[in-house]
Amino acid sequence: MLGEGILKGLAETAKNFAGSYVSKDRLTTVQYPEERIAPIEATRDFPFLVYDGEDWQAGLRCVACQICEKECPPKCIYIEKSKDKKPDYVGKPQIYPARFDIDISVCMSCQICVEVCPFEAIKMDTVFELATEDRFGGLLLDRSKLAKSNEYYHTIHPTEAAEVDARLAEEKAKVEAKARAAAEAAAAKAAAAPAAGAPAKTEPPAVKPAGGAE
Amino acid sequence: MTNPATEYAAGQGIGDARLDGRMVVDPDSGTDLLEVAMGPHHPSTHGVFRMDVALDGERITRLKPVFGYLHRNHEKLGEGHTYLASMPYTDRLDYICSLTNNWAYALAVEKLAGQEVPERAEYLRVIVGELTRVQNHALSVGFLIQDMGASGTPLMYAFREREKILDLFEALTGSRMMCNYMRFGGCRVDATSEWLDAVRKVVTGLPQFADEFEQLLCTNEILMARTQGVGVLRPELAVSAGVTGPALRAAGVNYDIRKVDRYSIYDRFKFKVPLGEHGDVYDRFMIRLLELRESIKILEQALKEIPDGPVMDPKAKIRNFRPKVGEAYGRIEAPKGELGFYLISDGGPNPYRYRVRPPSFVNLTILEDMCLGHNVADVVLILGSVDIVLGEVDR
Amino acid sequence: MKTLEEIQAAIEAAVPGAGVEIVPNPAPSGEHSLRLKPETAVEVATFLRDDGELALDYLSNVTGVDWPDKEIAEKVKVTRAVTKTVDGVEQTAEETVEETRKRVEPGFLEVVYHLFSMARSHGPVVLRMRTGNRSDRVDLPSLTPVWRSAEFQEREIFDLYGVVFKGHPDLRRILMWDGFKDHPMRRDYVAPDDFEYEPTPHDEVLARAQAHRAAQQAAAAAQEGTGQ
Repeated sequence: MLGEGILKGLAETAKNFAGSYVSKDRLTTVQYPEERIAPIEATRDFPFLVYDGEDWQAGLRCVACQICEKECPPKCIYIEKSKDKKPDYVGKPQIYPARFDIDISVCMSCQICVEVCPFEAIKMDTVFELATEDRFGGLLLDRSKLAKSNEYYHTIHPTEAAEVDARLAEEKAKVEAKARAAAEAAAAKAAAAPAAGAPAKTEPPAVKPAGGAE
Repeated sequence: MTNPATEYAAGQGIGDARLDGRMVVDPDSGTDLLEVAMGPHHPSTHGVFRMDVALDGERITRLKPVFGYLHRNHEKLGEGHTYLASMPYTDRLDYICSLTNNWAYALAVEKLAGQEVPERAEYLRVIVGELTRVQNHALSVGFLIQDMGASGTPLMYAFREREKILDLFEALTGSRMMCNYMRFGGCRVDATSEWLDAVRKVVTGLPQFADEFEQLLCTNEILMARTQGVGVLRPELAVSAGVTGPALRAAGVNYDIRKVDRYSIYDRFKFKVPLGEHGDVYDRFMIRLLELRESIKILEQALKEIPDGPVMDPKAKIRNFRPKVGEAYGRIEAPKGELGFYLISDGGPNPYRYRVRPPSFVNLTILEDMCLGHNVADVVLILGSVDIVLGEVDR
Repeated sequence: MKTLEEIQAAIEAAVPGAGVEIVPNPAPSGEHSLRLKPETAVEVATFLRDDGELALDYLSNVTGVDWPDKEIAEKVKVTRAVTKTVDGVEQTAEETVEETRKRVEPGFLEVVYHLFSMARSHGPVVLRMRTGNRSDRVDLPSLTPVWRSAEFQEREIFDLYGVVFKGHPDLRRILMWDGFKDHPMRRDYVAPDDFEYEPTPHDEVLARAQAHRAAQQAAAAAQEGTGQ
């Protein structure tokens, strides 16, 4: 019968129309901005800088190594190194970024800066309502706007942040253990020095690094 | 150096602006021909694409595709970037199917550098690749119907399914369209078991979508009248013109790179290659729906068999990646056809030559042959059935 | 599929004097290629397509590669006659000196074709051709009459590299506009000064910005000078 196919199609449309009142699968529309979908953990849009502790200037993990600046495909990162050094999370004096700008009108959210960063200092944010009236200044984020606390990182990417924290703690423990071993060795050497004159004195047994157990 | 903007301002125009809607006399028949520019801002051209059409009444007597409006010299950019930094740019070629673009590029670089991919990563690649195919085919069929004048409804049904798949992409890769997921020697992140469960749930719902979509359209008399016998592509011409993908198989040529090259782990899955008989618009429409069903089969098998293990080759390098001197051509069966990457390395951190063989671009070669003798309204359908994305055509 | 050596022999048998060379590829992909002489390229291509056993009916990819002039510094041992005065007597002796000589290896444009067979499901066979140089001897025979899929791709190479394909049915620019003068994919192409303001220019963008600003300031200064 001519028109049978059209009628079949119309029956399908009717089914979907009625179904959209009862089935969530048939109505996926979300009325943004009144309604919002639940945040997805892996979402990424623009990078931010992680800091530890209370003060963002003291706690920035970034050491201005400029790897991200070099690897960034659209070249949207701009870094100026500091002249002086300040202690990083393990207490080692490090250079810090005197200037760190990201031009998010150029950034293409590819996440390569995060992948190449050896210091877990730059991560991807999930904020997306960044519209501004200022074409250049409003989309150029400097250090103060980029710095966000580790707690914030934990709220947006909990799984990933926990992994990063565990990795950093492990590294810190390793560094501390090494420092302690070095200190102990130095102390042992110092203790051994006055006794050096005594005959048949053997070297003190080397102190083994104790790992993270102590 | 000429600047397009100043040239345009000086009234010289951009492109081969020979078209001014003037009447031209056809030397053979003596009738008046009308030259029309369809595009570059025509809603049916799926982007900024122009067809210079000469019309005899309603009939097409000549059609020359004009493109380059989106040209950004992607290949030159690739030569100026490291191998890794080109990966996010490949997302922007065929922006509907970023994951298959990633895959083709990763495959070419792996061939160039001789890298291995762990098994779990191969499975993940197949899963995301076939999901990409499903959403691309749903969308292209939806747009084809939209071009025909069925505003909204079928396209929105297709978009609804695509939405579910894009949510999966976001949960895995962090982005819905610009996924930037694959790396040389594996994938960037591992999938959680929750994610795999979510995929299973979406995949179980897909056959119902395919059934409903077929019920909605396949026997529709208007659709059949508009598409059957329109834009016929002969198999000999299709082969000679390098047409690939659903358009080639609709012409009856059995050529699917997943079967021919057996790249990745496609030899482990059972699936059929649907073939058309007539090579017209209707066949191309149906082939897409049938391929969508085959992709669901592959997805079901892959989800059942996916093993545990690493997703990155431990020997793979993220920084300071420098393949040895040489060249390689890697290709995959992307949803639109053969997507190939040809790379020449001179041992440096950047490729010496980075070439993309885009399926949409080559498939447009025979647009004129398919359109000649048809009406203007059919051109819209024929172009829609080729399924192009201008980001890939213009690069 | 036949090995490349067998294909080479088959071509030589079918097209006498074809002069096809094998170009090895050191990459793990092992895709070695055949270099055709432009004079016999169309004949060889037709043979590759029509031969029953090879049946390379599908030309997948056509692309250009630019190899600019290369300056090669090499050490050469030179023997020359030296006249010395030894004990008040002039003597002529031969002396070998190592000299660094620079020579310029002329550049060329290369076109690469990737062939597959749809009928027999094999491939790829890679063909290459070279132009004489990069300026005036840039013509090559078009393979569009043999494989239709070369049509747009050869137009693209003409557009972006400037290789002129003889026998192409419709050789026009394809991605750039018609009035455009240069070939942007060549390695010595200089991009136009279309600097766009960026708040934090650095690296190449900074270099471009500085050049742009210098030109602007010079223009402004010149205008000021005429104004006074």
